[in-house]
Amino acid sequence: MYKKSFPFVHLQDNPCLGGRVNLVSVNPTSYERYYMSRLIKLAAIAGASALVLSGCAAASNEETATESTLSGTISGSGASSMGSGQEAWIAEFQIANPGVTINYDPSGSGAGREAFTAGGVVFAGTDSYWKDEELALEFAACAPGTKPWEFPVWISPIAVIFNLDGVSSLNLDAATVAGIFAGEITMWNDDAIASQNADVELPELAITAVHRSDDSGTTKNFTDYLSKTAETIWTVGAIETWPTEYGGEGAKGTSGVVDAVTAGNGTIGYADASKAGDLGTVAIKVGDGYVSYSAEAASKVIEASSLVEGRESYDLAYKIARDTTESGVYPIVLVSYLTGCNEYLDAEVATLVKAYASYIISEQGQATAASAGGTAPISASLREKAQAIIDAIK
Amino acid sequence: MSSQAPVVKRRIGDLVFSNLALGSGITILVILAAVAIFLFAESVPAFLSEQDAAPDGFFAYVAPFLFGTVLASIIALLIATPLAIGIALYISHFAPRRASQILGYSIDLLAAIPSVVYGLWGMLVLAPFLNPSYLWLNENFGWIPFFEGPVSATGRTMMTVGIVLAIMILPIMAALIREIFLQTPRLHEEAALALGATRWEVIKMAVLPFGKAGIISSAMLGLGRALGETMAVALVLSGSGVITFALLTSTNPNTIAANIALQFPESSGTYTSLLIATGLVLFAITMAINMLARWVISRRSEFSGAN
Repeated sequence: MYKKSFPFVHLQDNPCLGGRVNLVSVNPTSYERYYMSRLIKLAAIAGASALVLSGCAAASNEETATESTLSGTISGSGASSMGSGQEAWIAEFQIANPGVTINYDPSGSGAGREAFTAGGVVFAGTDSYWKDEELALEFAACAPGTKPWEFPVWISPIAVIFNLDGVSSLNLDAATVAGIFAGEITMWNDDAIASQNADVELPELAITAVHRSDDSGTTKNFTDYLSKTAETIWTVGAIETWPTEYGGEGAKGTSGVVDAVTAGNGTIGYADASKAGDLGTVAIKVGDGYVSYSAEAASKVIEASSLVEGRESYDLAYKIARDTTESGVYPIVLVSYLTGCNEYLDAEVATLVKAYASYIISEQGQATAASAGGTAPISASLREKAQAIIDAIK
Repeated sequence: MSSQAPVVKRRIGDLVFSNLALGSGITILVILAAVAIFLFAESVPAFLSEQDAAPDGFFAYVAPFLFGTVLASIIALLIATPLAIGIALYISHFAPRRASQILGYSIDLLAAIPSVVYGLWGMLVLAPFLNPSYLWLNENFGWIPFFEGPVSATGRTMMTVGIVLAIMILPIMAALIREIFLQTPRLHEEAALALGATRWEVIKMAVLPFGKAGIISSAMLGLGRALGETMAVALVLSGSGVITFALLTSTNPNTIAANIALQFPESSGTYTSLLIATGLVLFAITMAINMLARWVISRRSEFSGAN
């Protein structure tokens, strides 16, 4: 018949298979039935109490938030630099507004702007502001003839990181940084570096400059800084693809650059500051002093910058003043914009976008972004201007 | 059931099965055609638009990547082929039964590792480990063009990529060549033994000539995999768009597949079409190599396993 080697597992000799046993389920014995019913009862109690307790937790959360009546789904896409921020914003917004679903696809700034123009998404995140020729197109998601608004929502400092034994910080000016990344300064104990760091022992070691091998907004903002502050040395301007003639080592993604700098000795690179870890960082010369990266120093760069000329009042595109000499400003930042329609074809979509955008620029939203991606929160004056634009959305 | 004349009656089962088999064959051709049409259609804007995505022309853009793809694959093949033949010979002719089973199993396990893991391992472990060897090679043999130049500080070079690719294509090649060596006619081997040949002479006289076509076809299969390998190369290689034979420096020619993986997310418009056009070039190269392999094997068809 069958032999029991384990409760609930009944084995049966099968003569067809040469006497080998196979697993078969037969009616449980009486004590198995008793234990099964006890087990089921316990599981039911555990499940019910879990539901009740989580309900209590949710109820206590909802006591502090007001009941939200928004519902619907909106989709956006664009910059991957604010990908972690969008995830955090979406999660918090959906908790506060349970009827709303928001999707964000971090497919890249270029892809996001194209998708928005074609009407595939109703809002987009982009590392660079709209170009004039892009604004001349028809925007399918918006009412015909209207143009989109944009304002900065994500200000992320880019740190210049390096790996030198025993050195945790270096003072460098723009010309030196440009020289290093252009391949002109090749040794760490070069005069240009040593003269600015009198109290640091620099080894006779070759410099390996690490850059991004994939096109990225981080590269664009870093090279924009170099081209504005050291034009004679950095001659190629703001580019997304690293020029081959400058040499150096290429790595994929922010994590690739950080790994490459960590793995080598005498390596230097640029990466999003939140991922710098405990590598040495460079304090950049601004005006007369050296500024290391920090959230306040990064957000001050917007104050020091002026708007791009010839734009409407709802287009807050900033020409970042990379060559600013104001003290305490860290100019190597990545500024990402949120963009959407001034007049939507669907009024419900407009309501949802207004609520979401208001959340993003709010103090709570910016604090969430700061903890999710190490960004600098936008200033109060920028928040005022952006809120005025949001309020005007139809 | 009439028994006057033998009536050839097609049974339903035969009909269904033969049509299913025909359908499967046609599906493969349709999928291949669909991929080719997609590649052609998507890459056309790169050639026709006025705003050139590639400033120096298409061929100038794709030539370094093509060079890098072929170079990395050749290095991988040069390393993997003798190793695979050695492993297959050992498993089929020299190892005791238990050891050959375990060894065969381990080789198959290598094939199960995802390519991203190979990329991470190559970047974080292998490259720093090999760096001292590269410095030594450069100091002692720097006069050879392959070993010249300022050696990379992180070891993420074409040489490391070649080694990682070799490890990735090794399992396929070893498994296939092992099967081919096991197909050697016993009569040939026993005849050689009867003539007084040692084990190595038996292999030289009977096994290797018989398996030559099979070795070539497995090499072509491995080469095909190495040509298309994306993530491992994208993570390990410090690539740029130069054509150079130096294997130990930081400036290495990137491969087509890795370049597409790196640039596609941030690309838009004609640049995307340009990338797809480079993918078309890779498709064409892989097809050409496969056709060459088929032709080589067909020349020696009398030695294939069919006899």
